[in-house]
Amino acid sequence: MSAEGQTTEATPDEEAPRESRSRQVLREIAESSSMVVLMAIVASMVIGGVLIIFADQAVRESAAYFFSRPGDTFSAIGDALGSAYSAMFNGAVLNTQAESFAAMIKPLTQTLTMATPLIFAGLGLGIGFRAGLFNIGAQGQVLIGATVGAYVGFAWSLPAGLHLLLAVIGCALGGALWGFIPGVLKARTGAHEVIVTIMLNYIGLYLVAWLLSLDAFQREGSDNPISPMVADTAQYPKILGAQFNLHLGFLLALACAWGAWWLMERSTLGFRLRAVGANPSAARTAGMSIASATIITMVIAGGLAGLAGSAPVLGTQKFLSASTAGSLGFDAITVALLGRSRPLGIVLAAILFGGLQASGPTLQVNANLPVDIVVVIQALIVLFIAAPPLVRAMFRLPAPAHEKEVAA
Amino acid sequence: MTATVADAAPAASTAPVAAKTWRSTIALAVIAVLSLVIFGLGTGSGSTTTFVVARGTDFVHLPDFTVPSRVAAIVLSLVGLALAGWTGYRANQRRKVGLWLPIVYGMAIMGALLTWAGAGRDATSIQLTGLLTSSLFLAVPLVFGALAGTLCERSGIVNIAIEGQLLAGAFLAALVGSIAGNAYVGLIAAPIAGALVGLVLAIFATKYWVNQIVVGVVLNMLIVGLTSFFFSTVMTENGDLNQPLGMAKLPIPLLSKIPVLGPVLFNQNLLVYLLYVAVAVMQVMLFRSRWGLRVRAVGEHPKAADTVGINVNRTRVRNTVLGGAIAGLGGAFFTVASGLAFGKEMTAGKGYIALAAMILGRWSPRGALAAALLFGFADALRAQLGAIGSPIPSQFLAMTPYLATIFAVAGLVGHSRPPAAEGVPYKK
Repeated sequence: MSAEGQTTEATPDEEAPRESRSRQVLREIAESSSMVVLMAIVASMVIGGVLIIFADQAVRESAAYFFSRPGDTFSAIGDALGSAYSAMFNGAVLNTQAESFAAMIKPLTQTLTMATPLIFAGLGLGIGFRAGLFNIGAQGQVLIGATVGAYVGFAWSLPAGLHLLLAVIGCALGGALWGFIPGVLKARTGAHEVIVTIMLNYIGLYLVAWLLSLDAFQREGSDNPISPMVADTAQYPKILGAQFNLHLGFLLALACAWGAWWLMERSTLGFRLRAVGANPSAARTAGMSIASATIITMVIAGGLAGLAGSAPVLGTQKFLSASTAGSLGFDAITVALLGRSRPLGIVLAAILFGGLQASGPTLQVNANLPVDIVVVIQALIVLFIAAPPLVRAMFRLPAPAHEKEVAA
Repeated sequence: MTATVADAAPAASTAPVAAKTWRSTIALAVIAVLSLVIFGLGTGSGSTTTFVVARGTDFVHLPDFTVPSRVAAIVLSLVGLALAGWTGYRANQRRKVGLWLPIVYGMAIMGALLTWAGAGRDATSIQLTGLLTSSLFLAVPLVFGALAGTLCERSGIVNIAIEGQLLAGAFLAALVGSIAGNAYVGLIAAPIAGALVGLVLAIFATKYWVNQIVVGVVLNMLIVGLTSFFFSTVMTENGDLNQPLGMAKLPIPLLSKIPVLGPVLFNQNLLVYLLYVAVAVMQVMLFRSRWGLRVRAVGEHPKAADTVGINVNRTRVRNTVLGGAIAGLGGAFFTVASGLAFGKEMTAGKGYIALAAMILGRWSPRGALAAALLFGFADALRAQLGAIGSPIPSQFLAMTPYLATIFAVAGLVGHSRPPAAEGVPYKK
């Protein structure tokens, strides 16, 4: 049931005395889960490439006379792929056409900016997975968190530092409230958290749509359902100067990642949550309360998802609209799965997916490709990650001995 | 509307022993009292509400009827209160109430709401037939989706990917239909797309034992990405590949002439008739056939099913593919059956409402139909109240299906229990 099952595969191989040292190292690399992750990314990029070729007008036109001049088709394929992958690189890592250093590294900072909310929400979901809870509700938690934070940001006026602090706390509390509801329902009535959180996503969406139709939330002089701008005092300061979008939220996200690691690996509470996730019956026998673990997990997960809402409303977009959360909640699920619910993995996965998303505008402009290809690649990566035996079979990687028994 | 109460009363003859629980009684009573206060006493005493039950094109033209708003709303609320009392009486005897009660109760409260919303508006009236027609129409993808969910979950596979299956069906129906220039060809293609999504889900769930919720969520993302990608590239560059096609309404002779219900039920397009067939066939097959017994056995106790020689994983794969095909067929609703071209993410979360309808319908085709109709009604009501200008924010009406589902899974009103082996991979 839990995502935990997929994460335990890097066990040391006890015996293989006859093998030479170098072969042993190679084999361990091939068997390791990082290899599976890498190969899943490669496979997804390749499939993405096939789609790009298929959708390319020039390729299809030249394919019509493939047998008379096959070279045209291949050069069209090369052009399509070349422009797509170079647009991805230019949009997510380094802008090779830039004149100044600042413009050159701007894509990298943009990647980190996009990764910020994914780190927050991914951490929340990861804690949930490890405690055995499948929280599909990050979407709603992000939105409610963003709503509370944005309200604090635009409706109150307070001195600079304090205002930001309260707005950030508001985000966390809003998300925590939206996580508390499925937590308490699961603990008290046994209502399945997957269903309740899906429903709460939509309830949150309509609730925010309704709030935005009220005078208290409606921006003056605007016909669109958007809130006023968040006050300067409540915005995350830019950490690399005004020319980059990267804001303090990124550092806060890294701090939360460390906090999540400490909580799950070093604290008693984290041990309790993990125990409940690994084996609820054993945990109950050991005297742990499943109900309180469920509620605490959902509140922490919701709070972190709510903090993800702070990245748009206090950092980049700076106002609230019904689409503030975008598809953050679902993207965060893929981040948590790719990161195998571990804080470091989640940070890296968030940066990868943040980069894919940051390359969206460049893909559109330079390669004339819709951003949706990014979603496809993202989904494929996670689908492959979820089934290591599939990836191993595709690339003929050896399976670790114990996994022949219990695959994923 | 009130006439149906008396007819339906003797229906609750079967009385299995149930636990003594007052939750439903309290919930029903609270809502009825609220209805009495807000819709009944909150309406001005002099105003009237006009209901239009027939349209100009109908065979039998019934006259519009006008009721005094306040009295009608109070009477309907009292009916609701009486039904709450009946539930309490039955609960005291530890007996269950029949399916008729929630239906009649819902009609009474909705009637009170409509009376209140239409009160004192001389220029507009409540279009009853129109409301019912659009309820049924809006419920179509929900019913197909919920049937798909039921079929998969009864065999033990959680199908969160209904949304993706609907979207894939809508996409392929539009694409193939446009190429062929015929909506019905698109209708045939739609289930294929859904079945493919179902097949991927089934393989990941039974062969690789991946968490089914993970696969479902990711498949939904994948289908959104794929369809949007092809929509923005291939379909946008070649307009011929994405045309609005329509399916004509096929009025059934005689039946479509019945007043009020005739035009609502029997003057629809082919997809709606397929829906009637699908619900009826599934209800009978799941609960009355050998195949259905085997499917349910696999979903409840796979080990026992395996012991008596049923191939658990094969049953699950087949059911998931079949379920995907049904959801894909439902996806055709969005494009060819509605006369629309494909649009990005055009299913807009309907797959998740279908999931809710499945749960509220307690994993049975009949229940799924009832729940989907209720959700369709909420949607149609939102449109109509939006048109005549209602005091209720439309967002709250839009929330009702989701709230109802949370109440249902939390056991506040009734209790819905999923198949026991749902979501658990079967490993020999």
